[in-house]
Amino acid sequence: MRRTSWQEYQKDIASDKYYYARSCIRQNFFPGSERAFLNILGRDLGIDIFDDPLHTSCTGIGYHSDVVPLETIMTVVARQFSLMAEAGYENFISSCITSFGIYNEVLATWKEFPETEERTRKYLKEATGRDLVKPRSIAHTSDIIFHHREAIARKAKHRLVNSHTGEPLRVVEHIGCHYAKIFPKSGIGGSEFPYVLAGMIETWGGDVVDYPERRHCCGFGFRNYLVQANRGSSVANSHKKLESMAPYKPDFIVANCPGCAMFLDKWQYAIAEMEGMTYGADGRGIPVLTYEEMAGLVLGYDPWELGMQMHQVDVEPLLDKLGVEYSPEAKYLGANGKYIGKPADVAVNCFDRRRIYEIKR
Amino acid sequence: MGKYFDMLAEDVRLHEGLKACMNCGVCTAVCPAAEFYNYDPRQIVAIVQTRDDEEIERLLKGEAIWYCGECMSCRPRCPRGNTPGYVIQALRTLSQKLGFFVESEKGRQQLALKRLIGDNILATGYCLTPRNILPELHPEQGAVWEWIYENDEDVYGRFSDVYRREGAGALRRIDDASMREIHRIFEVSGGNDFFDTIEQHSDRKAREMGYDGATEEYMMQTYTYNSENHY
Repeated sequence: MRRTSWQEYQKDIASDKYYYARSCIRQNFFPGSERAFLNILGRDLGIDIFDDPLHTSCTGIGYHSDVVPLETIMTVVARQFSLMAEAGYENFISSCITSFGIYNEVLATWKEFPETEERTRKYLKEATGRDLVKPRSIAHTSDIIFHHREAIARKAKHRLVNSHTGEPLRVVEHIGCHYAKIFPKSGIGGSEFPYVLAGMIETWGGDVVDYPERRHCCGFGFRNYLVQANRGSSVANSHKKLESMAPYKPDFIVANCPGCAMFLDKWQYAIAEMEGMTYGADGRGIPVLTYEEMAGLVLGYDPWELGMQMHQVDVEPLLDKLGVEYSPEAKYLGANGKYIGKPADVAVNCFDRRRIYEIKR
Repeated sequence: MGKYFDMLAEDVRLHEGLKACMNCGVCTAVCPAAEFYNYDPRQIVAIVQTRDDEEIERLLKGEAIWYCGECMSCRPRCPRGNTPGYVIQALRTLSQKLGFFVESEKGRQQLALKRLIGDNILATGYCLTPRNILPELHPEQGAVWEWIYENDEDVYGRFSDVYRREGAGALRRIDDASMREIHRIFEVSGGNDFFDTIEQHSDRKAREMGYDGATEEYMMQTYTYNSENHY
């Protein structure tokens, strides 16, 4: 029987007029995804979305590393909301799961403890001269893609189907802890039956893999990654997820949170280097995509214009399955179309089997 | 009796995170940190709700409160609506305010976090930027990151017209007026004072440990040292 429990966790998602807040992690590791999101919304779907040059980081990584105090992050968040209102928008959308959790937490705290809102208003006025205006709606950018998934399907150039066999691709989805574990009602499907990415995958023709550690943390854990001495904790948690999903032979992983996408990609590299262990077919890694990249491929975007050359695990095996045409020569071109050299070959991409043997020995 | 609990109770996250815990241990069962570390969030919450000053002081000076990754996996699963992760946040904040964090190996890492993340926010307006993800400190980032790092203008230039320049787009330079507002926010809301507290207590501890204050060398020691006594 198919689970439909996700339908109990619904939220109102605005259809148009979005104020876009960028993400520290996404713009560092997946700048092509941010650009693709703006293009999909603005150019392909004709939706009003504002990319404001004035907003800053929400400071969420500092907050969850316990160096930025609650009162400070609340005031930074209040400034972001004020910028949104000053630009004439009411629907705040965040490109980051950590930020999305922060925005929800701050709004909930102001509601539960009104004195904290009053204090924030005072700090904001004193520091910036601005007045706090709260948003009408808060959504994560994946909620927006989910909301428009049928419109994207109608413009699709590719489906999430193996073009050689006609079989649906098997997709592991990872929604990220702060999408729904802090405020389950703020995420589509809540924390137990997350549907935001699964809905996209199903609409675009793929099969969602349900595996034992689907809800487990990717391994970020803030200080457990940010401090070098603690990274064993981070890789151990990614390792647990990879071990759990591997028997289901996923064609790719798609992640909601830019941090999760980065960790599930990079820790596959580290595990291959340390242990000689890889989790994908033919001794390779499992490609890890952002949902913007997944939507972009469905819409026929060029993979290198999506920024997929910035992944550590090569995506070419997936592109071949999808029947996506791409130019291998264009992968490592710089801004002006010049070749800028390429990264060293590594075990996770398995171009040289002897190297795996050397690591194991 | 209850001095530290009263101080913790000034933090709204304690009110939100701890009503009455029945010690069922579901939080520990789902906790990613508890799988890796010798860590039991159930026990932490149990100690806090005893309101015992001696026990809470031991927590504030100990390693255990620093193991949590703040993933908040505990929050939706608690049958009593508690959030041990919020309790941890309140404990960590108090531990730093009182200067107790420097008494533990994991607590001392707050200096590295303050300098790597906190100072970067004040310098750039972002928690992280490509130029501060140094490949030598991040070997796990792999060969592709090294390639990106060495060719950043070219790689990011393909996706952003404003890499390290003002305007709308990825990794834009944040304008001076916005940065002044961020600095003022940190000043009026206590962010700068909190940073200073971390620095001052770290400096005191560093001298105790034989360093010439909270130097770069001491900071790197907190960032890299692992006694392997945490499992």
